[in-house]
Amino acid sequence: MFQTSLELLKFHWMAYTIYALLIVSVIVWFGWNLTRKERVKSVVRIPFYGYIAFLVAGGVGHHIFTYNTIPWVEQDIKRHDITPDKKFEIEVAKHRWTLPAEPMKAKQGQKIAFEVRSSDLTYGFGLFRKDGTLVLQMQVLPKHDNYMLWTFHECGKFDLTSTEYSGPDEYDEAGHDKMLVKDALEIECGPETRVAMNEKEVK
Amino acid sequence: MQTVEKKGFVRQLIHGTDFDADSLSALQKVTLRAVVMSFLFFGLVAIEGMIMRVVQTGPTNSFLPKMFGVPEHYFSIMTVHPIVGIFGSTYQLVFAAFMFLVPYLTKKPLYSVKLANFVWLCITIGTALAWFAGFIWHYAPLYTLYWPLPADVEQFSIIGGFVFVVGVALIMIGTLGFIYNIYATIFARTGIHANKTTKELLISGFGIDGLMNLIHKLLGKKPYSKEPALSLPVVAIFRGTVDTFLDALVILGAGILVLIYLIAFSGGADWNVHAVDSLLYKNFFWWGLDLVADGLVLIYVAGSWYLLATLITGQKLFMENVARAALLLELFVSWMVWSHHLLADQPQPEMMKLVSGEMVTAFELLTQGLALFITLVTLWKARPLKMSPELAYLLGGLVGFGLAVPAGIIQADMGLNRVLHNTQWISFAHFHIALIVGLYMTLYSALYVLWPLVTNNTKLFSKKLTWAHFWLYLIGGVGMGAFAGMAGLDGMLRRHLYVNGEFSGWMILAAIFGSMVLLAWFLFLYNIVMSIGLKGLVGIFMPAKDDVASYGIDEETAAPAKA
Repeated sequence: MFQTSLELLKFHWMAYTIYALLIVSVIVWFGWNLTRKERVKSVVRIPFYGYIAFLVAGGVGHHIFTYNTIPWVEQDIKRHDITPDKKFEIEVAKHRWTLPAEPMKAKQGQKIAFEVRSSDLTYGFGLFRKDGTLVLQMQVLPKHDNYMLWTFHECGKFDLTSTEYSGPDEYDEAGHDKMLVKDALEIECGPETRVAMNEKEVK
Repeated sequence: MQTVEKKGFVRQLIHGTDFDADSLSALQKVTLRAVVMSFLFFGLVAIEGMIMRVVQTGPTNSFLPKMFGVPEHYFSIMTVHPIVGIFGSTYQLVFAAFMFLVPYLTKKPLYSVKLANFVWLCITIGTALAWFAGFIWHYAPLYTLYWPLPADVEQFSIIGGFVFVVGVALIMIGTLGFIYNIYATIFARTGIHANKTTKELLISGFGIDGLMNLIHKLLGKKPYSKEPALSLPVVAIFRGTVDTFLDALVILGAGILVLIYLIAFSGGADWNVHAVDSLLYKNFFWWGLDLVADGLVLIYVAGSWYLLATLITGQKLFMENVARAALLLELFVSWMVWSHHLLADQPQPEMMKLVSGEMVTAFELLTQGLALFITLVTLWKARPLKMSPELAYLLGGLVGFGLAVPAGIIQADMGLNRVLHNTQWISFAHFHIALIVGLYMTLYSALYVLWPLVTNNTKLFSKKLTWAHFWLYLIGGVGMGAFAGMAGLDGMLRRHLYVNGEFSGWMILAAIFGSMVLLAWFLFLYNIVMSIGLKGLVGIFMPAKDDVASYGIDEETAAPAKA
């Protein structure tokens, strides 16, 4: 159902906004009816066990829904059994990335593995679109293999920065992020282009 | 609650309405001391929050001193912000309320007023020390203390780290003092518990009697316990305090680890920080820290809702046995959910992410949903009710958790966590709304319910100000959470500095609504000070003439409490 994180976030925004308006309206309606002198009749009778079943279904169903509609969930769980089309090894230390010598490039639809190692602190590995929205991220724990597999269903250039705080040395005196790498990754458009996320870049 | 005839401003400010500090008992005074400190820290935390919002608006802000945008200073504010907010303000307010409520509900004296005084002093001094560590030495590893950042002496000064850890340790020692006082009071076999055994009190405290009653009902047997040893709010306090205890041990443990390294470094030793595994540490630390968010807060709040619903309506709680059993269920749930904080950590075993991070975490929807349902039905059955401030604040608290809990559950998912982890979504749509709207509005409701009891029926200065506070606070809290949360959906990270105004639109809106929260706090404080007067305020901190440690009972009939 969802091919990119942007599609997912749009759906999420809409679903949660509707829910938020609904829950606020219900409590306001409830509060108003609490004070009415004439005893109002219940609009709907909610059976207790029906309500419990709804909560359980909501909690569990949410994960079943995302597992079946978000492509990176299954791929992430099975990542160690999948052979990637491309692999990028990245080092990070003292708030500085060491990227592969060759520019990081891949094709849309390819399975790309990111292996990031930190030798000092906990960082985050996050790729962002040009409009600032987040494509993917993982935590980078020091002295651990931080391995992620990702299939890009969108093309363009993506910026890299740390998504985890690692101390004020990540910034210069003026507060600019020293770990921000513009155009760290380029994904070439393929025939199966669904959404051009970075339209300006693609053009 | 009555509105009083106004005096001249200065006279009103000095003398208040009809508050008499000398008439207060030792228990009332110690309660009010912690409440005063709590609301002073709340003001500090609201100002800190506003500073951070304004910094994030970027170049559009020209009035804020430049020092706040300097990374060392900005992140030291971000480090102390939750310490001041959660421990200095929230813990103090909750502890004050419970150290008054447990004697009130169990009709027994508090185990020790001296210990209660030690608790608020310890937490106040500890919070102040942690704050100074950030303000003076710019010690800024954030509250998460991800190893080995707190021991990174290349970025932070050793003395700053030392003062910070000592401050947090003092807060935890104060917390342990509160726990001892609460359990010593609950388990004291005096008054109505003179004939109860420790086993009976323990069974009731854990909610086992409620579960057994449900099982007996299903099997068609007689009730296991017709009169539970402890009332339901006391069960919630008992249960939540188990998590408070474990959390204090974990935070103290982490503090000792940091302290050992800092002392070693100050002595010139060259210890390898990676001797401590960062993933193991993260699991240990989040297990403990999450007992605050997903343990004691949810349980204390559920207990407070039950108490407030019964006090406001004057009726019995709906489905009390289910509520008791749900508190028992929450015991297991709160201990097993920490992995939702590690869904973005690839070395974390997948099974832990799936079971602890997703499935068990989803049960919080059930436990909190049950508490919401039971509270609403209890209120509904008692209608019509007058829309008093305490009822309005209670409904506000329900709105807060109704919004915040699903926002958190949404993110505790392996699919959505990939794009929501560490963004402003979790910071604002989830825990700021949970704390500012959900928790604090519940606490304000409790405050207005307890006000006549703790102040000997002091008249409030202005009812209009009470309602102004309510609406400004509710709209401001929800608005700030919503707009800053939307910035998170647009990719704004929560532990990041943006100086170019990348998300200035959302941040300006969040700052506008945030300033409503700040204004609401000021109106609240003004109303309270004008009610008790500066003379009364000073009187609260003077020794009590009446050393009674209970409320509403004749202490002479109750033997001294024994732990």
